[in-house]
Amino acid sequence: MSTFLGMPRGRVPGPPADPAVGQLTGDRPFPAAARSALGNSRLRANLAHATSTIRAKRAAVVEEVPDWEALREAGSAIKAATMARLPELLEQLEANVVARGGQVHWARDAAEANAVVTDLVRTTGADEVVKVKSMATAEIGLNEALEAAGITALETDLAELIVQLAGDKPSHILVPAIHRGRAEIREIFAQRMPGVDTGALTDEPAVLAAAARAHLREAFLRARVAVSGANFAVADTGTLTVVESEGNGRMCLTLPQTLITVMGVEKVVPTWSDLEVFLQLLPRSSTGERMNPYTSTWTGVTPGDGPSEFHLVLLDNGRSRALADEAGRSALHCIRCSACLNVCPVYERTGGHAYGSVYPGPIGAVLTPQLTGLTGGDDPNDSLPYASSLCGACYDVCPVKINIPELLVQLRAEHTEAHAEKHRLPTPEAAAMRAAAWVMRDADRFAAAGRAATVARRGIRKGKPVLPLPPPLNGWTASRDVPAPPAETFRDWWSRTRGARS
Amino acid sequence: MTTDNAHQAARDVVLARLRGALGDDPTVPTVPRTYRREGAYAAGSPELVDLLVDRLEDYRATVARTGADDREIGVAVAEALAAQGVRDAIAAPGVPADWLHGIPEHRLDDGSATPRQLDRTGAVVTGSAVAVAETGTIVLDGGPLCGRRAITLVPDTHVVVVRVADVVQTVPEALGRLDPTRPLTFVSGPSATSDIELSRVEGVHGPRTLVVVLAG
Repeated sequence: MSTFLGMPRGRVPGPPADPAVGQLTGDRPFPAAARSALGNSRLRANLAHATSTIRAKRAAVVEEVPDWEALREAGSAIKAATMARLPELLEQLEANVVARGGQVHWARDAAEANAVVTDLVRTTGADEVVKVKSMATAEIGLNEALEAAGITALETDLAELIVQLAGDKPSHILVPAIHRGRAEIREIFAQRMPGVDTGALTDEPAVLAAAARAHLREAFLRARVAVSGANFAVADTGTLTVVESEGNGRMCLTLPQTLITVMGVEKVVPTWSDLEVFLQLLPRSSTGERMNPYTSTWTGVTPGDGPSEFHLVLLDNGRSRALADEAGRSALHCIRCSACLNVCPVYERTGGHAYGSVYPGPIGAVLTPQLTGLTGGDDPNDSLPYASSLCGACYDVCPVKINIPELLVQLRAEHTEAHAEKHRLPTPEAAAMRAAAWVMRDADRFAAAGRAATVARRGIRKGKPVLPLPPPLNGWTASRDVPAPPAETFRDWWSRTRGARS
Repeated sequence: MTTDNAHQAARDVVLARLRGALGDDPTVPTVPRTYRREGAYAAGSPELVDLLVDRLEDYRATVARTGADDREIGVAVAEALAAQGVRDAIAAPGVPADWLHGIPEHRLDDGSATPRQLDRTGAVVTGSAVAVAETGTIVLDGGPLCGRRAITLVPDTHVVVVRVADVVQTVPEALGRLDPTRPLTFVSGPSATSDIELSRVEGVHGPRTLVVVLAG
């Protein structure tokens, strides 16, 4: 199977972008990474099984909501209104968190956020933190930064735990270990989970979940510091929200003395009543449940209930860059449900690792290059807008109606322009289109070109060229059949049969 | 440690970048609130109670129906714990003594129990603030009937009493009844995960057994 996705050629794999931005860039472009992923039949079977399960569950629980489209419209508008007022809402959020006894920190990029969190943990004297699954901390590579500072970060979400124990990378926004089947997870636990009873350990999901419970219980009971992300933050009350399933989130948000929450600036919503929209959209789109088992909200600190110290770290890390693009800023509306990954024919076949970024799938293909910027050079993220067949399934399921196909097309156009700018040479496509325009502008030239094409007829058999085409044309034919030109052009046929009249 | 100056600089730069990105006069769209902000049934309607029971059982919660009287609630609580083989429980500080009379060992939370002590406690008994029928969700609000968050988290069995009058149909109605500045926990069934092959399994870190006593 071919993985050529129509991306302009002419670049070689390049180094990752500035490490200050964190885990947003892989070590090679999407087509190359996808090609290796497609060779892994185990991976493809795991993904096909998991994504088809979740697609059916989502469809069933969305179907039963009579006002689903009205909720999507509201969700989309709330996010658009939020982006337009972002600075003001963040200041309001900050003031309310501080008024309720919390502290607010700001970080320009991943490196700064990591430094802020590391300093906060050091101040507590703790050398271990428990973590709630969080895309923001995965994005900035917080675990690695803490490790470098001698602080152990324990992932407590089951899928994150699987990934961490396996020394693996997350491959899905919601279920980072989606690429692993139950038998593989059983092996990972048997080999890497300290103190696990391998005799009793089977590959039943309930048994594996029980093993995780036993493994982490002691860590929760002794934890002094927790690090979380946030699904939403309400500006007009200062309320933070974490949506989860297992109760590991509640453990982290409740038991330790210090809680540090790292949140992308786009996660703020204006009012408490806006949550009534997102708490309906998110669970049904995400895990396909009417409501996730646990949602926690907290506002600053509450004496006698939960952490006595609360820090909120507000993260930019490219979000202001994405915001500057008036059309593209809608990618910041994403609530990280992962419905678009689960319906994507490309994601289902390649898995998340091929995207290089912690944000894979359709939303990752638009969000990642917007956060890091399109270089027009050899940055692997330049390939992401082409990692799509533009089928539109992602737009149909997006709970906040992000028009992902339109954004992908726009990013492709921006990439082509950036590439031309950088190389002072048109892409092969642009050169071909310019040549075609020259030919088509003149009737004689067009007729001559048509006749010349009939000669090429002999060079094509069963949709494939008899001899390999030179680059860049072989890129096109690698995944497509070439229609054999007819023996006679339409114009020649017309003048032969009705020539007298013309 | 991050200095105050560095902190201020980061804040100023991020806000300036965001303002610059938006330009002078960004359009703020109006939010269409045409979704249902209230349900077809009034709080406490029999239809809503039936719907809530259906949703809770779908999530593998155990549901017991009882009258509104505190003594009756106490009988249902005791039966639920006996069925689980649990002999001891901690309760939120405002829970009426009548709810607890049938539990062999019980005490009201005075805020002193550590997580480790809670881990050795068989069950927790609380009330609730509001319940959402459509989603099978029960909300705890940290008040005297619900208690601090740790007590409903660490013990492995949670018996929660829901007054029928507090059952609303939709999520917006529930949020309208809550004080956002309190620490809130929305509970929909026992702890669960979908992390292995995206199949739901009940029972991870939170209480593995959730018993809902529907009173009234």
